[in-house]
Amino acid sequence: MKKQTVMLTAVSLAVAGFVSAANAETLRLLTWGGYAPEDVIELFEAETGYTVEVTKSNNEEMIAKLRATGGGGFDLAQPSQDRITGPQLEFGIYKPIDMSKIDKGQFIQSMLEATMGNTTVEGEVYGVPHVWGTSGLVMNTAMAADTVKDYTDLCDPAVAGKVSYRLKRPTLIGFAFAMGMDPFAAYGDADAYSEMMSKVEAKLIDCKANVKTYWGGGDELMGLVRSGEVVASMAWDTGGWKLNADNPDITFVAPASGALGWIDTFVLPAKGQADDAAYAWINFVMRPEIAARITAAAGNFTASQGADAFAEDALKARYQASFPPEAVDNIKWYPPVPAGLEAIEGGVLDRVKAAQ
Amino acid sequence: MHSGARIGFFLLLTPLVLWLALLIVIPHIDMFLVSMRERVGVRQYETSFANYLTFFTEPLYIRTFVRTAVMSVLATIITLLIAFPVSLYIAKIVRGRLQQVLFVLCLIPFYVSELVRTFGWMILLRETGLVSNLLQWTGLADQPVEMLYNDAAIMIGLVYTSMLFMVVPLVTTLESLDDSVIEAGYDLGGNGFSVLREIIIPHAAPGIVSGSIVVFMLSLGNYLTPTMLGGKDSLWFTEMIYNQFIVRFNWELGAAFGFMLLILSSVIVWSMLKLTRQSLEETMA
Repeated sequence: MKKQTVMLTAVSLAVAGFVSAANAETLRLLTWGGYAPEDVIELFEAETGYTVEVTKSNNEEMIAKLRATGGGGFDLAQPSQDRITGPQLEFGIYKPIDMSKIDKGQFIQSMLEATMGNTTVEGEVYGVPHVWGTSGLVMNTAMAADTVKDYTDLCDPAVAGKVSYRLKRPTLIGFAFAMGMDPFAAYGDADAYSEMMSKVEAKLIDCKANVKTYWGGGDELMGLVRSGEVVASMAWDTGGWKLNADNPDITFVAPASGALGWIDTFVLPAKGQADDAAYAWINFVMRPEIAARITAAAGNFTASQGADAFAEDALKARYQASFPPEAVDNIKWYPPVPAGLEAIEGGVLDRVKAAQ
Repeated sequence: MHSGARIGFFLLLTPLVLWLALLIVIPHIDMFLVSMRERVGVRQYETSFANYLTFFTEPLYIRTFVRTAVMSVLATIITLLIAFPVSLYIAKIVRGRLQQVLFVLCLIPFYVSELVRTFGWMILLRETGLVSNLLQWTGLADQPVEMLYNDAAIMIGLVYTSMLFMVVPLVTTLESLDDSVIEAGYDLGGNGFSVLREIIIPHAAPGIVSGSIVVFMLSLGNYLTPTMLGGKDSLWFTEMIYNQFIVRFNWELGAAFGFMLLILSSVIVWSMLKLTRQSLEETMA
């Protein structure tokens, strides 16, 4: 009998634990690695009294997680701005943002307006910008700079067996631009887009022998480049800058056809239970001095107005080396992905993977 | 008294029924319903066999499906060939303390997670890895050798991962074989080969079959090893299911793939039992 009581107490305590973990005082944040560093969380918790629980993820997994619960389980999520309208139309996993609760003055205005425009569904705004960056080429300049100027140069025989890229949609988009096409212009036209993608498919199958491996995660790529097994790869700018700190030869280079620009946003999941905490977090991390801490942790710049002044000089120098002014103007920003486009790309990626 | 026994029976039955219903039957029914949906427009779905049709009309999916099955069968056979002498040695040749030590040695790699074990293989096999450096140091190779990212690497990973699940049932069945039976075989004029064929293997058959079933299922459903060790040529069916669910947001096709995998594994296990004339009851006993 006594044993049973102990068991019951233990169970009820455990249940109570689960319930309290989901109460309104807790902010359950679904984000990317580096976007919620420990020191920022501590400052936020000390100032507001909310508790922050962080789950690290990526675009696809964020949407898959929210889809599985119909938009529950998290109070704030951070998908890229091009992945908001499509999933919202298809699955209804977000809720509109009340812009009156956002301190708009803290944002870089042009970026805020662009993101709001790109995430508007039926007159409601679903996203505000947070961190932005680009993807392009990370390379060992001593060994590959003469050959590799653009994505398609990764297929050059001079670097055979020493290149890598992801088998994901940015690779398809990047190759399409490097081959002189404009995939963003064809987003609305499924047939034109399919035709364009089949050309990219042929190119990628042709290029497959050149590739050492398709990398999956950032750490895997870091290992490959750091060990010298890979001399050039398609990757995010921060990856190149991090490696640059260890080896000055390695850095991020904006490809001739233009780096691909992304903006990660803040969105409210449809069944989020702590909207006040979510708004408090957004307004807190957009303060210039806090945003600079996130830049230091994630390696990417934020949409916070004036945060540049607090950024490390070394990072600024790397940014300026990778992005001369004309390269900044040449950045291709991702427009919203229409629902259903993934199916076309998925078929292409599967066939490339299967090709011998 | 009588009713007390009945209550006891139902109390013991409840966890089993709950387990089966909540964790196996209901999710599968739900999965089947999802696989029968076809997306015709934004938030519009129709009931149809379209997803299964996609599977059968796209050669890529069939190829991956067959490849996964063949590689898993091959991994099972290789595991059996390696594990059988090992088990025979542990069960019949060594005695006492050494027997236990060897058995525990088989177990030790499983103290760490599968992810860590796979990373271990990556460190050994990669171009700048241990094996490559050793070959260069001994002069057997004059430049770095890449041993990762191919089918052989996948096979090594699969066999290594499932070794224990073959050794345990084999050791158990072989230990139950009376030594005097083997001696009688020799007394009656048998040699090593005929004793192995006529006495040891028939006796170990249930262990061989149950070990093979477990290893086959583990290989077929493995996601980590083929993805990490296989690199650009790793085509594994579980990876396709993951891609459909997570990357493509296409739950409908992913669910259909999941069902095809379930059917495939059931058919192969069933034919394996038929082929070896074993019944499931004998094997699991």
